[in-house]
Amino acid sequence: MRTWFRIFFIGGVISFRALFSWIRPSVYIPTLLLGPTTQILFFAYLGRTAHLKSDSWFVVGNAVQSASLAALFGMGFAIDGERWTQTLSAVLATPANRAALFLGRALPVLVNAAVVASTGFVGGALLLGFRMPWSSVPTLALLVLLASFACTGLGMLVGAVGLRMRDVPIIANLTMAVLLIFCGVNVPLDKLPHWMHMTAEGLPVTHAIDAARRVAAGASLGSVETPALTELGLGAVYLLVGFMLLRLFELQGRRHGTLDRA
Amino acid sequence: MKAARIFWTGFVLHFKNLSASPFMMTTAAIWPLVYATLAFLMFRATHQAPSLLYAALGAAVMGIWSTTATSAGGAIQQQRWWGILEILVAAPTRLILVLAPITVAIAAIGVYSIGSTLLWGRLLFGVPLHVSHPLLFAVSIPAAVLSIGLLGLLLASTFVLYRSASHLSQALEYPIWTITGMLIPLSLLPGWVGPIAWALAPTWGMRAVRRAAIGGDVGTPLLVCAALSVAYTILAALLLHHFERLARDRATLSLT
Repeated sequence: MRTWFRIFFIGGVISFRALFSWIRPSVYIPTLLLGPTTQILFFAYLGRTAHLKSDSWFVVGNAVQSASLAALFGMGFAIDGERWTQTLSAVLATPANRAALFLGRALPVLVNAAVVASTGFVGGALLLGFRMPWSSVPTLALLVLLASFACTGLGMLVGAVGLRMRDVPIIANLTMAVLLIFCGVNVPLDKLPHWMHMTAEGLPVTHAIDAARRVAAGASLGSVETPALTELGLGAVYLLVGFMLLRLFELQGRRHGTLDRA
Repeated sequence: MKAARIFWTGFVLHFKNLSASPFMMTTAAIWPLVYATLAFLMFRATHQAPSLLYAALGAAVMGIWSTTATSAGGAIQQQRWWGILEILVAAPTRLILVLAPITVAIAAIGVYSIGSTLLWGRLLFGVPLHVSHPLLFAVSIPAAVLSIGLLGLLLASTFVLYRSASHLSQALEYPIWTITGMLIPLSLLPGWVGPIAWALAPTWGMRAVRRAAIGGDVGTPLLVCAALSVAYTILAALLLHHFERLARDRATLSLT
């Protein structure tokens, strides 16, 4: 059990630091910390152009959605980066518990995703005058964590697909595009075609954004219990499916000798 | 004449090379569809928004800037990774003649975004594709591409000493979209944004393309595009000369 936790925590942190070149401040700050704010500004002004919703509506939606940027690319690179550095075979040749190995890589990504999403709220407050009751901050932080968890689960799935396909950035990009269009980030769900609305119900972020908007308007945690639990459930399902696919593709890769080839 | 030949050969080579890159093609042809879809859905949801053709053209030019922001800033870094930067610098050809075709080719890849966005808008959202001045429209696209590509050259030159250039350049994607009137009218932005927008080629490239399609004076934005292209080239040449010498002095040219 001690080994499990060692691989989970220490292995995860070392892997995170080693694999992400953007951990350097010169890359991390413009890409992940300023990125969400610039996205929020763009969509808030686009919303003004369309006379669609208030600035706050766009701040909450885009800030929560920006967790997917860090989570999808983070988890994708956590797997694909091993191939780039030619350490994938060595990592998968170890007898280490796979749950500890992969979930350990997911934890720093989750925390980072929550930090990235939080910067969006700060940027919105500084540049667009976004305000909400101070009493709502803990609940909103919880919802951001839930969204980050769900996105990390989806990221695990992206990482697993990366074991079979090259160009993980493309897969992560396309997945992020789907979230941006479908999940009510910038277009109210009731303005989307019915099939898009239905698809959004099964995607991460949709329910967290819905709950976060209500909480930012002053609602309590109890009143958003259903969307919060749905987000948690979706995250768990994506994480589980992603982990199972990782195991499956790992076994297939070993059998066919294609781990480093993808 | 020799310079034109070097530029054209480099441009064709890099355009073909970039067209074979799945990442660049996703950035050029698919991402603009995402923003076009969002703009269509947002504009369609209310009756006070600009027309869908306005949105389609804006999203199309956004694609040109996307490819430039994503890759032009890191163009030098890319040569460094491939291990050919020192060879390029040592070649008797001026570095700007090697670099300019790369950044202009990167912007030109964005032409795919114009095709894909207009087609997407027509097929899925029924956006009318009526172009007021077809000839001027055909002229305004290469003018926009050239000026945006040369802005990319200016970025690349500025970042020659900066290892994380490509990431910083990518961070400029949304800000430039926001302040150059691609989807958001400049009149909605704070007054101090105006002078910054006027110094940026995407503002005038967008204006030329949109006016050629929807109607209005195309000559002025085309002339400003040309003037900005010249200004960017001169500035880039000066910066490249300075930074190249600095990198040689410090022996940091090939350091990644």
